Amino acid sequence: MFRIIEKKQLNNAVTSLKFEAPFIAKKVKPGQFVIVRIDEKGERIPLTVSDYDAKAGTVTLVIQAIGYTTKKLVSLNVGDSICDLVGPLGLPTEFGTPKKAIIIGGGVGCAIAYPQAKALFNSGADVTVIAGFRSRDIVILEEEMKAVSNSLYITTDDGTYGRKGLVTEVLSELLERDSYDLVIAIGPVPMMKFVSLTTKPYGVKTLVSLNPIMIDGTGMCGGCRVTVGGETKFACVDGPDFDGHLVDFDELSRRNSFYRDEEEHKCRLGVTENG
Amino acid sequence: MADMSPEKTPMPVADPLIRNKNFKEVALGYTAEMAMAEANRCLNCKNRPCVSGCPVNVQIPEFISEVANGNFEKAYEIIKATNALPAVCGRVCPQESQCEGKCVRGIKGESVGIGRLERFVADYCMKNGCGDSFEQPPKNGKKVAVIGAGPSGLTCAGDLIAKGYDVTVFEAFHAAGGVLIYGIPEFRLPKSIVKAEIESLKKKGVKILTDMVIGKILTVDEIIEMGFEAVFIGSGAGLPMFMGIEGESSVGVYSANEFLTRINLMKAYSEQYDTPIKKAKNIAVVGGGNVAMDAARCAKRLGAENVYIIYRRSEAEMPARKEEIEHAKEEQIEFKLLCNPKRILSGKDGSVVGVECIKMQLGEPDASGRRRPVEIDGSEFILDVESVIMALGTTPNPLIRTTTEGIEANKRGCLVVDENMKTTKDGVYAGGDAVTGAATVILAMGAGKQAAKSIDEYLKGK
Ligand SMILES: Cc1cc2nc3c(=O)[nH]c(=O)nc-3n(C[C@H](O)[C@H](O)[C@H](O)COP(=O)(O)OP(=O)(O)OC[C@H]3O[C@@H](n4cnc5c(N)ncnc54)[C@H](O)[C@@H]3O)c2cc1C
Ligand SMILES: Cc1cc2nc3c(=O)[nH]c(=O)nc-3n(C[C@H](O)[C@H](O)[C@H](O)COP(=O)(O)OP(=O)(O)OC[C@H]3O[C@@H](n4cnc5c(N)ncnc54)[C@H](O)[C@@H]3O)c2cc1C
Ligand code: SF4
Ligand code: SF4
Ligand code: FES
Repeated sequence: MFRIIEKKQLNNAVTSLKFEAPFIAKKVKPGQFVIVRIDEKGERIPLTVSDYDAKAGTVTLVIQAIGYTTKKLVSLNVGDSICDLVGPLGLPTEFGTPKKAIIIGGGVGCAIAYPQAKALFNSGADVTVIAGFRSRDIVILEEEMKAVSNSLYITTDDGTYGRKGLVTEVLSELLERDSYDLVIAIGPVPMMKFVSLTTKPYGVKTLVSLNPIMIDGTGMCGGCRVTVGGETKFACVDGPDFDGHLVDFDELSRRNSFYRDEEEHKCRLGVTENG
Repeated sequence: MADMSPEKTPMPVADPLIRNKNFKEVALGYTAEMAMAEANRCLNCKNRPCVSGCPVNVQIPEFISEVANGNFEKAYEIIKATNALPAVCGRVCPQESQCEGKCVRGIKGESVGIGRLERFVADYCMKNGCGDSFEQPPKNGKKVAVIGAGPSGLTCAGDLIAKGYDVTVFEAFHAAGGVLIYGIPEFRLPKSIVKAEIESLKKKGVKILTDMVIGKILTVDEIIEMGFEAVFIGSGAGLPMFMGIEGESSVGVYSANEFLTRINLMKAYSEQYDTPIKKAKNIAVVGGGNVAMDAARCAKRLGAENVYIIYRRSEAEMPARKEEIEHAKEEQIEFKLLCNPKRILSGKDGSVVGVECIKMQLGEPDASGRRRPVEIDGSEFILDVESVIMALGTTPNPLIRTTTEGIEANKRGCLVVDENMKTTKDGVYAGGDAVTGAATVILAMGAGKQAAKSIDEYLKGK
């Protein structure tokens, strides 16, 4: 059993939960994820380790409540436990040794991008963070991001905070003005796709963190397969980070929407069952 | 005088057209009368050919004559002396190519139903709580680690605990049992049987730690540093193969592992569980082994109208257990034999709409001795399906060997061991599918047993 020892509501859809998980806390590196199962009848879902403290033996997950299991998870409170937390899974991010990097987070993707920015910043790289949100009321982790970057740009789709517009607009300007040796993009599939298209003409190494549907997270089901450079890869063991210039994003979008009908059915069931 | 009727005492089975809509067990098991009648067909052969066909040397004529006399507990003790999981083996061993394949009664008629008798005895004792007396051996204070809680790991753990070792099993999944729990469906092997076996191991003192993916959370070297003096790797062959044909990443193409894991381990068929599963009307399963039969029969039970098995050779070459092929046919699974998929067709949204197949004929025998299938030019046809399940076989997962210094594997990724199941690294042993590639439950158990013996000898000499 893994106990929740801290809960923070980052905005009305995103929650941060800190779990006691001493073994994982000792091993995990930026870019890796865990698989979570709430109870005996729960499904297994992957979540990135957003922060960790090896000494205290804790890992922090930042969760966007979008469906059945994530909603159930964020309804838990300090003191509650979940039955499974498996990891660390996936390969740690291969940063190389960049001097100047741009880290882009879209929505909840900022929570996943945060440990990467932190690791790079602590290694002495010049780090620029671009964080994109739909609107002011869902901006998350602003202070945390500021602390681990040389410059921080926030964009909102509706212009209620920071710059109005998309992260790719800021990205284009930065790439025009200066040269960078690494771009990392984490967020919705379309965002990662357009970031990769934007950096391609500049030839900047671009890493994206893919989020296909997963079950085991150890390479035994093949459900997480993605096409990268024309080859089939299992995101849970070969990734989750891949070269954004080689990923077939359209295929990923199609595969991710596969269970939409079933999950909506489940959500409705959940609603009626709980009154 | 033995009963000379040429046929086995029939096994009572659930009605095919009812059972193909539920997940209850198909073969219902012998009654005591049936078991005694079937046991009477055994000739008690002096040279015991059947025993040589059993990978763990179950003393077959001896246990059968106890059954014939109604001494079921005695029979159970005899089986248990060499086979740790008789309720499982009686159900899933490919008996026709093992013990029963060697039975003299099989020459002129049907062999003795050895597997059925084994199952009867095990079920009888499970129900009546007999057998299983376990004397706690004196502890020798030595710690051994087992990686993987499949049949090989569990057998190894069971033998070591009985020798006084302190045994800890590290399992990647949230439940122990390996393929017995995530692969083989409930209607063929009720999970309650596997759970009972695991509970009995725990009672004997075996510690099972789930959610531990070795190679990630701990490496083999770190396990050794923690004070474990020997390690057994029974991590199976879990990596699914795909065909590499056009359209394979379309939405609706699964590996059998994914499909079966969602259904068996995570009970996606039950409304009480949260795992989603896509229900298609028309499904094609590619392959001819037990895995393909299981996937097809699960698909039917989820409500598919048409389930096809696509296999490139003929029925005679199918590696699945004979009984499973027969049961699949009774349950209205359609066999498309001598036929191979060429590409998967998808619609505008990327979902599967069909599979293009080509007909095959059998040519000259290949290296495996089976006749090689060759394509018949121009015989392509399209099967309308919304889902395709690939059951093409599996290979061992590289997670452990790529994170362990000094462990060798062959070209196919199988760990290399000597006749004592020792790997190329001192103190590290391996067995089961991780060594042989996808094989059988009983071979995995045999390997676990041999490894336990070798580990005991190694640690005694240390
Ligand atoms: C490696 C990895 C790391 C991840 N890290 C995080 C994280 O740190 N924080 C976080 O909030 N989420 C993360 N996710 C996504 C998270 O796993 C999914 O949101 C979750 O599985 C949804 O489960 P659910 O039952 O709540 O929603 P569901 O009811 O299953 O789904 C709701 C909707 O989301 C879609 N969906 C389901 N799974 C995914 C997915 N994997 N990607 C995109 N859409 C999906 C469904 O099609 C459906 O439309 C990660 C995914 C992966 C693969
Ligand atoms: C669908 C299906 C049907 C089958 N039907 C039959 C049948 O009818 N008869 C028959 O004889 N055989 C059958 N088989 C084959 C048989 O199940 C296997 O040969 C047998 O289970 C192998 O046992 P094992 O202990 O080597 O491995 P497995 O049963 O595969 O167990 C390996 C265990 O190790 C765990 N593991 C893997 N990697 C790690 C890691 N890194 N760290 C920790 N744990 C790890 C896995 O999660 C798993 O629990 C079938 C197989 C399948 C898939
Ligand atoms: S263990 Fe398998 S092969 Fe051996 S006697 Fe029993 S059913 Fe036959
Ligand atoms: S070969 Fe057949 S008949 Fe002979 S002892 Fe074995 S089971 Fe009995
Ligand atoms: S999640 Fe199963 S192989 Fe990646």
